[in-house]
Formats: sequence, structure tokens, C-alpha cells
Amino acid sequence: MAKNLLIKNGRVIDPVNSIDKKCDVLIVDGKIAEVGKIESKADMVIDAVGKLVLPGLIDIHVHFREPGDEEEETIASGSAAAVAGGFTSVVCMPNTDPPIDDATSVEYIHRMGRQTRKTHVYVMGTITKGRTGEQLSEMGFMAQAGAVGFTDDGSGVQNVATMQRAMKYASMFKNIVLSQHCQDNSLAGSGVMNAGFNSTTLGLPGIDPLAEEMMIWRDIQLVRKTNMRYHVQHVSTAKSIELIRHAKKDCLPVTCEVAPHHLLLTDDHCRDYDTNYKVNPPLRTAKDIEALKQAIREGVVDALASDHAPHLKSEKELEFLAAPFGIASLECALSLYIKALIEPKIIDWPQLASIMSEKPAKIISVDKGTLGKGKQADVTIIDPDFEYTVDVERFHSKSKNCPYNGWKLKGKVEYTIVGGEIRYSAQGI
Amino acid sequence: MSKNEFIWNRKHLIGLRELSREEIEFILDTAKGFENISTRSIKKAPTLRGKVVVNLFFEDSTRTRNSFTLAANRLSADVIEFTEKVSSTRKGETLLDTAKNLEAMGIDIVVIRHSAGGAPKFLSRNINACVVNAGDGYCEHPTQALLDTYTIRKIKGSLEGLKIAIVGDIAHSRVARSDIYAMTKLGAKVILVGPPTLMPSQVSQLPVQVSYSLDAVIGEVDVINMLRIQFERMGANPFPSIKEYSHYFGLTVERMAKAKKDILVMHPGPINRGVEIESEVADGPNSVILEQVTNGLAVRMAVLFLVNQAAMAKE
Repeated sequence: MAKNLLIKNGRVIDPVNSIDKKCDVLIVDGKIAEVGKIESKADMVIDAVGKLVLPGLIDIHVHFREPGDEEEETIASGSAAAVAGGFTSVVCMPNTDPPIDDATSVEYIHRMGRQTRKTHVYVMGTITKGRTGEQLSEMGFMAQAGAVGFTDDGSGVQNVATMQRAMKYASMFKNIVLSQHCQDNSLAGSGVMNAGFNSTTLGLPGIDPLAEEMMIWRDIQLVRKTNMRYHVQHVSTAKSIELIRHAKKDCLPVTCEVAPHHLLLTDDHCRDYDTNYKVNPPLRTAKDIEALKQAIREGVVDALASDHAPHLKSEKELEFLAAPFGIASLECALSLYIKALIEPKIIDWPQLASIMSEKPAKIISVDKGTLGKGKQADVTIIDPDFEYTVDVERFHSKSKNCPYNGWKLKGKVEYTIVGGEIRYSAQGI
Repeated sequence: MSKNEFIWNRKHLIGLRELSREEIEFILDTAKGFENISTRSIKKAPTLRGKVVVNLFFEDSTRTRNSFTLAANRLSADVIEFTEKVSSTRKGETLLDTAKNLEAMGIDIVVIRHSAGGAPKFLSRNINACVVNAGDGYCEHPTQALLDTYTIRKIKGSLEGLKIAIVGDIAHSRVARSDIYAMTKLGAKVILVGPPTLMPSQVSQLPVQVSYSLDAVIGEVDVINMLRIQFERMGANPFPSIKEYSHYFGLTVERMAKAKKDILVMHPGPINRGVEIESEVADGPNSVILEQVTNGLAVRMAVLFLVNQAAMAKE
């Protein structure tokens, strides 16, 4: 490993320090030493002319399926996909088999992540033991072991009293967030797609948008009461984001994330029963997409998160009703955000860097998301205009359940630098 | 386009939503030609001789299945009966594996019934044989709607301008969906009748009227199609009791008194006597329920004939 790494002449963007200018970044001993015009020599120099130099991207919502479903993804394969997608940190969801509901499991995820030496691997623990929605799990011990938050993702905590207890209890721990997959099961029923005209003509059971909105509304009332820091995962409807906008106006400690598929795809895509479009929360309507984009423009959305959910081809090659939910998109997520947000000028690059790095870091309370002097050198260098065609066969992920296969997208990851080490390079390492 | 010029070129019959009026009429006209086979002394035509039809049924069925079997037999095809419980996601043979296995035996036409909407479409994308939908989830049941419209057309001459009520569990009914597509394409006005809890999401986007009152509708319709209350799909308790349902939506002798004298009473079967329809009405002079069954045979012969012809033309 080069002790000194100099990134020359890129467009350096660091929203935390209000930097957006053509300059250099010097990395020494794994830390950011200097940002500016740098003349000094270095062991290695990266020519970044025409490239963007961003604080390392952070995806706070991925499923790496380990332990339990290693045929779909492992921490090693998922981490390789992450750095190929420009992500220097990821947060694994705990809905594995068994679920991550104790300190030992948290430590296991961390260990596998360290051994892989690709991206930083963080993890959330479950809110309830066994992810059953009943007994609280040992959130204190898991937090001590390094869990960055808690969620029963895959489903929401259904019982109001249990969720209230979780919020009250967790509020005594510092730097912890409770994160919720908002969906009221009594309303969602056995639904497999958005409830609407498309579900009616396809003859498939629908998931009413209200199922998501009800739980968000409910949880916001609990936040009002407990003041626990609370994060809404993969917001998918216009009314959901409206509820969150209001909660923020009331200065409640509420944050939220949006997934790329909820910015680019609608339930019209389900018309051919292609199970690669089966995802939970389901693809909604053009109206919802517009509302989410508007919220991103206004700064209501704190993070973009892929909800990378790998599944085997054999699992997805089933009737729409029987196939599992999920889209694997970690490796092309950045390009998807460019298509959804930069190309139509919803936001600019500093704003994108903010919701892909600065703000996600804050949600999980890690000292990242900036190129500030002395910070750990997590840096993503991209060529924003490079156009390519998505080819799932070239994915590092073990799974190919990606509806964007064949799409022409912009934005190529040139280098992913983690703790000062080049962990991914488009030319190969 | 005149009917003579029309060329049927679909090797699958997945649903009626995707069919044009001309295509639907072409099937009905073709069925007319097959009707008299059943009245001959030798009830067989050589049309599908040497062809293999498989009845791939993942859901219980008596009349549809037997009707397809008989239709295939009358056209001299060999028929394989294949009954399966729906396989689970991870263990057991998947739908795709089952179909590929059957295809390896050299079948020509798959008639599939499945509890998952879209299963026939999924199959048609993945195998070379013709696929005929015999009912998928609550998506479509095209041959039922074809025999319904065939029956109406035969008696009334045409569907143009007719008012047709479809009554009952619209939300979970594949028959209702296929009927809506076929009947509206053929020029009828369709009124859906049932409690709001049994109406599908955004039903108003369909080219139909919706009414929650059978009493308000019964006097003005030319045809009434009483859907079966499917107790197996009633887990969510969409109405308080059968008694209350029958009170509001049952076709009783009393209600029939308010109907047009020449109203056609239809039911896709099997009927729940005393639930959605009273016995006196089901067996009464306006009922065409058994004619529907008879006509189903001709319609299914036409469908098997047409998809096979299209497949041969493509080879």
C-alpha cells in the first residue's frame, strides 16, 4: 500500500466543508492530509482530470444474506459489489437466517467485513428477538458491539406497544437510530404489488399505500412522545413523504431514505409479470415518483439507499405470486441516482454527495461523509459522463435479479478508496 | 376488415384483455362451426389427430377440466391429465420445471389452471407449446367469458347495446374480469354489482358502471351473471354473513319479478343454491346455466383448433 496517495486535478466535492472546486486531495497514512493545490510528491498519483472526487459513498440499506443464504450473497461478494459501485461503507440489514439479534452476530458481521477488506461493513441489529415483533432484543449489548441502529426490516414492528417500548428503551443509548420498514400487515395482507388498477387487471393481490402511511404516521406519534431518533426506510408513496415533511417541520428527530427503484420504476412495469419488478415496498405510480423527487429537491430526503436485495435466478423464475421480493442494484445504484436526479436537474452534484455520504453518515452516527482534514480517507472517484450498458453478468454480486439489465446509464466508478487503500479500480487493482 | 380476410395468429390464449373485438368475434364464429359436432352420431372430428393436449391443473376444477378434455377428445387429440398441488417456492418442482418436463414428452398444447395470476403468461414465455388459460388466480378465465358471450349472442343475436349485470365477488373473480373485457368489446354496457368490500382496487378505471344495489339494477338489465361466492377466498370476511349477503345480492324469485321478462340468468357454476341464487331461479325459464355448459364445449374446441393452427402456421 502506498503511504501517500495524491489525487490530482479532479472536481473535489465536499459538502460538509462547502468545497466544490478543481483541486487535489492528498492522503497520508490512510487519512485525508490536505485538500487544495498540492505540489508535493507522493508514492502514487491518480490523474483525476474530468473526474469527480467525492467523499466515499455510503449505502445504509443492503442485504448481504449472510448468515443463512450464502448462495444468494455473502459479505465477501456483497462487499465486492459495493466497492465496484463506489460505496466505501454499507449497512447490512439483520433479516438474515438466523437474524442478527445479539452481540455475537453483530461481531460476526464485522469480522467477515474486515476479513474481506473491501468496503466498511456496518450492521443494524433487530429491534425484537428473532425478528418476531414480540420481545425486545439486547439492543444495548449490540450497540456496544458496534451495531449502528436497529430494525426488523423485511417487516415493521406491528404492535404499537412493542414499538413504543423499543423507542423508549433505545432512547437511553447514544448514537443509535431505530429504523423501520413501514408496513401494516393487516392492511398489506398477502399483497405482492401496489394496489391499484394494475393489480386489478393483473389479478394480483395489492398492497395499499395506506399500509405504509399508517405505520409512518403511528411511529411519528411515538417519536413525538419518546423523542427517540427514528428513520423511515425506503419511502415509496407521496403521502408518506408528506407525513415525514411535517414531522421534520415539527423538528422531530425523523430521517428517511429513498431507493432507486422508487424513483425510476412504477407498477406499470409489473404488467408482464416479470418478477424482477417484485419488490417491497412495491413499485408505486408516477405521481409518487414526482412527490419523492420534489422532496429530494427540497432536502426532505436524508439518504439514498439501494435496498440491495439479492435473490437467485431460480427463486425469481416463479409465478409473480410466489417469487420473493427484492431488487439487486448495488453496483449500478449511483448511475440510477444520476439518471433519476442529476440528469433531470432535480439536484446538483454537491446535493447528491450530501445525501449519498454526509447525511447517511449522520444517520448511522459514524465519523465519515467528508473529505475534511484528518478524517479517514474514504474517497470515491467517478467519471460522471461515461455511458455504459448495465450487464448483470458482469456484476460482482452473486445474484442477477436486476430489472435495469440492458439499460444505458451514465457514471462510471474509477476508484473506490477505503481508509486510504484503493479497494476498487476500473482498470483492476 | 371483413371476417373472411381475418387471420388468427395467436398460438396462446392468455386473456381477453389483449384481444381485439375482431379476434373475439372470430373465435365465436369458429365455435359456431364446431357446435354441430356434438349432435352428430359420431361426435368426432380429425382436426387435432396426432396432437397432444395436457390439462395442467393446479386448482380443483370439474366442469372446465372435463369440458377441455371432451373438446380435445372430439378433435381427436390425445389428452394427458396432470393434477398438481401448487409447489412451494424452494422445495418441490417449480411450475417451470413441470412445464419443461411435459414439453420434453412432446406435448402441443398446455391447458393451464393455476391459483397465481399470470401463471399462463409466465408459461407462454418459457415453453414452445401453445398455452391456453383455463383460469389464473383472479386475473382471467377467457374461455368462460367466451362461452358466456357465445350464449348471449346465440339467444339475443348480438351484445350491441345490451345491459349486463355481473353480480357478486368482483374482486376475486377471474370470470368477471374476462367477461368485462369480452362484453364491453362486443358493445354491451356492463354494470358491476356487489358490496364495496368485493370490488377491486380502482375499479372505476374499467369501462364499467358500479352499483352497490341489485334492486336498483335488476329492472334495467338484459342479462344478469351471478358469480359464485367463493368461500375459499373469503378469509378476510368481506361481508358479515351469508344471510346478509343473500339479502342484498341474492337473485331471488322476488327480485326476478322486477326483471325484464326476457332477462337471461347466467352463472359460471358451480352454483351455491340459496346463496347467490335461489333454486327456483337457477332452474327457472330465464336460466341459461346449462346452455352455457353446452356452449363451453364448442368454444373450447374452437380455441384449441385456433391456437394449434396458429402454431402450425408459425412452424
